[in-house]
Parts: sequence; C-alpha cells; structure tokens
Amino acid sequence: MWRRILALLKKELLTLLQDKRSRFVVIGPPLIQLLVFGYAASFDLNHVKLAVYNEDGGSASRQLIARFAGSPNFRVVRNVRSHAGIAPLIDNREALLLLHVGPQFGHDLVVGTPAPLQVIIDGRDSNTALIALGYVRTIVSDFNQTWARDHNQQGPPARLQIRAWFNPNLESRWFIVPGIVGLLTLVVTMVVTALSVAREREQGTFDQLLVTPMRPTEILLGKALPGVLIGLFEATLIISLAVFWFDIPLRGQLLTLYTGLLLFLLSAIGAGLMISSLAVTQQQGLLGAFLFLVPAIILSGFATPIANMPAVVQKLTLIDPLRYFMVILRGVFLEQTPFHLLIDQFWPMAVIGICTLAVAGWLFRHRMY
Amino acid sequence: MNAHPDRRGGTAMRLRGLVRKEFFQILRDPSSIAIAFLMPVVLLLVFGYGVSLDADHIPMAEVTEQPSTDTAAFLAVLRQNRYFDLQPVADMASAEAAMMAGRVNGIVHLRADFGRRLRAADGAPIQVIVNGVDANTGRIISGYMQGVWGQWLQQVAQARGERLNIPVDLQPRVWFNSELRSRNFLVPGLIAIIMTLIGAMLTALVMAREWERGTMEALMVTPVTIRELLLGKLIPYFILGMGSMALSVAMALFLFHVPLRGSLWLLTLASALFLLVALAMGMLISILAKNQFVAGQAALVVTFLPAFILSGFLFDIDSMPVVVQLLTHVIAARYFVAILQTIFMAGNVWPVILGNALALLVMALLFFAVVRRRAHKRLD
Repeated sequence: MWRRILALLKKELLTLLQDKRSRFVVIGPPLIQLLVFGYAASFDLNHVKLAVYNEDGGSASRQLIARFAGSPNFRVVRNVRSHAGIAPLIDNREALLLLHVGPQFGHDLVVGTPAPLQVIIDGRDSNTALIALGYVRTIVSDFNQTWARDHNQQGPPARLQIRAWFNPNLESRWFIVPGIVGLLTLVVTMVVTALSVAREREQGTFDQLLVTPMRPTEILLGKALPGVLIGLFEATLIISLAVFWFDIPLRGQLLTLYTGLLLFLLSAIGAGLMISSLAVTQQQGLLGAFLFLVPAIILSGFATPIANMPAVVQKLTLIDPLRYFMVILRGVFLEQTPFHLLIDQFWPMAVIGICTLAVAGWLFRHRMY
Repeated sequence: MNAHPDRRGGTAMRLRGLVRKEFFQILRDPSSIAIAFLMPVVLLLVFGYGVSLDADHIPMAEVTEQPSTDTAAFLAVLRQNRYFDLQPVADMASAEAAMMAGRVNGIVHLRADFGRRLRAADGAPIQVIVNGVDANTGRIISGYMQGVWGQWLQQVAQARGERLNIPVDLQPRVWFNSELRSRNFLVPGLIAIIMTLIGAMLTALVMAREWERGTMEALMVTPVTIRELLLGKLIPYFILGMGSMALSVAMALFLFHVPLRGSLWLLTLASALFLLVALAMGMLISILAKNQFVAGQAALVVTFLPAFILSGFLFDIDSMPVVVQLLTHVIAARYFVAILQTIFMAGNVWPVILGNALALLVMALLFFAVVRRRAHKRLD
C-alpha cells in the first residue's frame, strides 16, 4: 500500500515542481508577497498629509502646530490663507486633514476659556480618518497638560493611564505579519490541491487512476501528502522570514505552533481536495478555490476582528479553519500562549480536516462524468 | 482573396462567429456565469457584513478595589455608551486570566484610593490595560476611553459647579462620511477587489484552454487573425463582467445603502476601463502560462492578495515605505479603489478621477500590447 502511495506522491510532486512555471508559482510569489505585504499591511499611519489654516499666528498657536510638524505621524504639506482654500485641498486628496486655528485662539487660551481647534478630516476612508484623529487627540491632550502645568491651572481630577500588553507600542505589524503567515500558507495549499483532481478529471487521467488497484484512501493520501510537504516547507520559510527579517517576537513554543500548522494544513488540504473533486473542469476548480479562499481570509479575523461581525456571520466563521490558525499564530508569536489553552483551536481544525477529506475520498468514486 | 473591403467584411463575420462560439462555451460550462453573477453576490455579502472596523460592545474586565459613589459615577458613564461591555471581576489576577483566555480585550482598574485622590492636586489614576496584540482594536479602545473620560470630566465639573477647564478644545469635523461608517468606504473598495478577481478569472483560463485542448491548432488553420481571436475572447467576457459590475453597484446602493454622490455614467465609464485592465491581465496570465493548471495557480496567487493588501482599500498607501508605494502603482485595483471611493462618497471630483482613469488607460494599453506581442499564431 505504501509503495503505491509513494508512487502517486512522487508523480504529484513531479507535476507540481517539474514544470518551471508551476514551480515558480508555487515557491516564488509567497515569499515575495510576505516581504511586500509585511511592509505594506499596517494600520499605523506615517507622514499623514496635514494642512494648516492659522488665523491667529500667535506664539501659542505656533507652539501647537510645531508639535504636529515635529510628530513622525504628520507632515505639513500646505499653509492655507483663506477659507476658500480648504475645500479643494480635501476634495482632491492633497491633504487628509486640516487644522483650523481661529483668530481668537491665543486670546482664549490666556483668558482661560476653551480655545476651539477645528480639525477637518477626509472621511472617505473612515478607518484612516479615525486613526489620524486619534493621533490628533493625543497631541492636543499633551499640549493641554503642558499648558495647564505651565500656567498653574488646576488639572483634571483623574488621569487616564493606558497601557498595552504584549505589544507595548501598538505596532500593527506585530499583529499583521503572523496573520500573513496564515494567509500565504492557505494560498499555497490551495494552489497545490484545488486543481489537482480537477485537472485529472478534465484530462481523463483520473478514470485511469480509479481502475488501478489503488483504493480511494490511497489516492487521497497520495494527493494530500504533497500539500502537507510543500505547505510545511513554505510555512517554515515564511515563519523564519517573519522572525529573522521582520523581528516579530516568537515567544511561545515551536511544538505548539507546528501542531497548529499541521492541523491547519490538514483542514486546508481537505477543503482544497473537496473542491477539486467536486469540479469537473479546471475552471470550476478555480472558481471553487476562490469561493473558499476569499471568504476564508476575510472571515478569519486577519484584518478586521471577528467580534465586529454580526452574530450570524460570527457563526459562519466557525467553519473557517483559518480563523483557528490565526488565534494560534498570534497567541504563540506574541502572547506565549501555552499548548493547553489552544486545544479549543486545535480540535475544530481536526474535525474540519477529517470531514472534508472523507467527502473528497467519497467523491472520487461517486462523482463520475 | 485580394480585395481589401472583402477582408473587412470577413472580419465582422469571423468575429461574430468567434463570439457566438465563446457564448456557447460559456453556456455549456456554467462556471463562467457563476463567476460573473454568483461570485459578486457571495463575496459582497461576506465582505459587506464580515468586514467591519466599527467596534462596539468590546468586552472589558472591570476591577474596582473599593466601590464608592465616585467609582460608580465613572463606571456609569462607561456603561452608558455602546462601546464597552463591562464585566466586573474580583481582582487583577482574574482579570489577567480573562484577558489571556481571550474573553476580554482590556481591563479597567480603579484603585482603592480612587475617591481620596480625586480631590488631591495631581488627580486619581484610572488604569486601563488593553490587549495590544490587535493593535488597531487597541487603539480604538484607547480612543473610546478618552472620549468616555472627557464626558465624565464634564459631569464632575458640572456637579462641583465648576466650568470644565480645558485649554484647547478639539472640534473634529469629518467630511464625506460624517458618522465614520466604515461600510461606506469598504463596500466601494470591495467592489474593486471583486472585479479584479472576476475579470482575471473570466479570462485566465480561456486562452490556455484552447492551447491545452488542441483547439488552438484548429483555429490556426482558419483565416482568423490573432486580433480577431483576442477580440472574440474579450467581447463576451466584457459583457459578462459589466453585468456583474452592475449587480455589485446595485447591491452597494440598495442593500448596503452606500450613498452615490457622483454620476452613474462616470461610474460606468470608469468600470468599463477597469474591467478592460482586469480582463487583459487574465489574458496575459493565460497566454504566458499556456496550460490551465499553471494559469489557474497564477491567478490564485497574483490576483486576490495583492489587490487586497496593496490597493489602499484597507491599508493606507501613503504610510507604506516608498519602495512598496512605488510597487502599488502596478496594481490596477489601486486606481479603481480611489475612483470608486471618490465617486461614491465625494462626487465627481475631476482631479482625482481623471488622474486615476489615465493610469488605468495606460495599464490597459500596456497589457494589451504585451498580450498582442505574446500571442503568436504559430506552434512552438
């Protein structure tokens, strides 16, 4: 039995890796993509384009604006001289936000009435707007504290002390890069498995395979093992890049990480083979792969938290293997989560894997064309 | 054989024949129709409901070492708004355990001396610990906390009969999307991503399929020119793609209630332009790969994730490193995202739309030029 599986495994690996173009597609893009995405995918903002409309011009207003100009988050791109200059600037996306200091600003500050600082912000991308507004808030509240202290004004009765654990600087790269490990691993396994049965069906070689002495279980193993091997290989490369290139701390145990990885590969390969054996043509296989891949990534909590989704959609995420792997990746990388706390993430992936593989094996014989 | 007009008439006829043949093929394997009409519905539903950055009811553990009227007043403000879902726990140790297990996203900690220090000169500390793993949510939590804190300060000042003393009063005005509904910018962005997928998937396999099945050789012995062949492939899928675009826009307007402030004809024009780029990209994959297997693999790898991450739909392009910013210029979705977000939310802002449309036009011409060059009518 093992000899037969081994023969099929060898043939599968050959189809994937012998063709120069195919070999490149399987190995090259994931690594390049990690490098590019690792830098690109971040919710942190740098050098946000800021315009200033200062009607006051006094030293207090200039001090406040200097705090913005000095922050790495902002870049002053324009000084506006009139009201009319504001709208085109924001409309044409030349600035994301505009600080408007009224003519009474310095006077109000000295007298002790709240001095208004108007901020006009482009809400087309509401998330960026919210984050930028958060930066503005921090700068203004720092300014307020300094001002109150320097002018002996009574401070507020309570102060907020906000601290972030596991990721003290709230760097979103720490959150995103472990997520990308999961994303790319899923893409690679789909590339390896989603078309493998569909291609043989379209070309008619699958019928030949079925009349050989191989049993469906053996075919299944022969088709699944290349995915496991290539997936393990790529994931290891990607994890090493994350750790050594992006300096993401890997605080937990490798054993926990790889247990999760293996179970995730099992479930992803199961899904891929199930799609592939449902498809009769490669185009159908590709359609199926996308219809699984895209929702699996969107609903995994990679970029947007599952907690923000409506209850029905949250239920739907339970059949998404990537959802569990995300928790494992982030837990092991950043939180040093011990093995036993992740068991609730391990078993659903095992269940998904076994179910999808069983269906795929059954479809081998029962979906004939 | 010699007359020029004769050839022209032949072109129209041959083209009609090719388009007819392609349509029959589309009807026979319904997966193309599924790509055009099932994909946008499924993906927009999943995306539209699944992707949201508006966090509310965030679970937070609350540790109050010595409950008093002062702490109750602060916690009442915290409970009033929809942002937080407070879960009282006995001490810090159990709060930390809850955070490790992922049951809460943060901890609000009021010390025993809260009431006493409230009257002291430097004020009482309100300790807030957030789980920083999801940095974005961490930031949102601290933003909300600041808002709640400000509300509470105002209440305290009022109760004491004082005027709240803040030197600079920040007054934000958000244009185009005043409630900061993330759906309003996500849905137009999603349409761009979905159209990238659909455009590429429709054409990624069509040329490769002819090669693989050997029908390309049959086509070669006919008088069909390579240009007619490419047009014959393009026209049917362009029609399908515009159909799925119309479906997506209708869903955005009527299901997700995204406002459309620009004009519909401009939207149609921009969509047609983008679709040409997406279809050309699929064709390029198809021609370079020469077999469906490799073409399918390539489509999986190069379409979705680059469009998802580098188009600026979720991650701000201006904040990326310069090299990566340069790289985003080859992602067609980037231009389409900018156009769609502007047409939907801001209106016909010509400088934004023209610049991006021009970039799309250049990409379309470039892709077709490469496709034309690489598509030979010969065997190799």
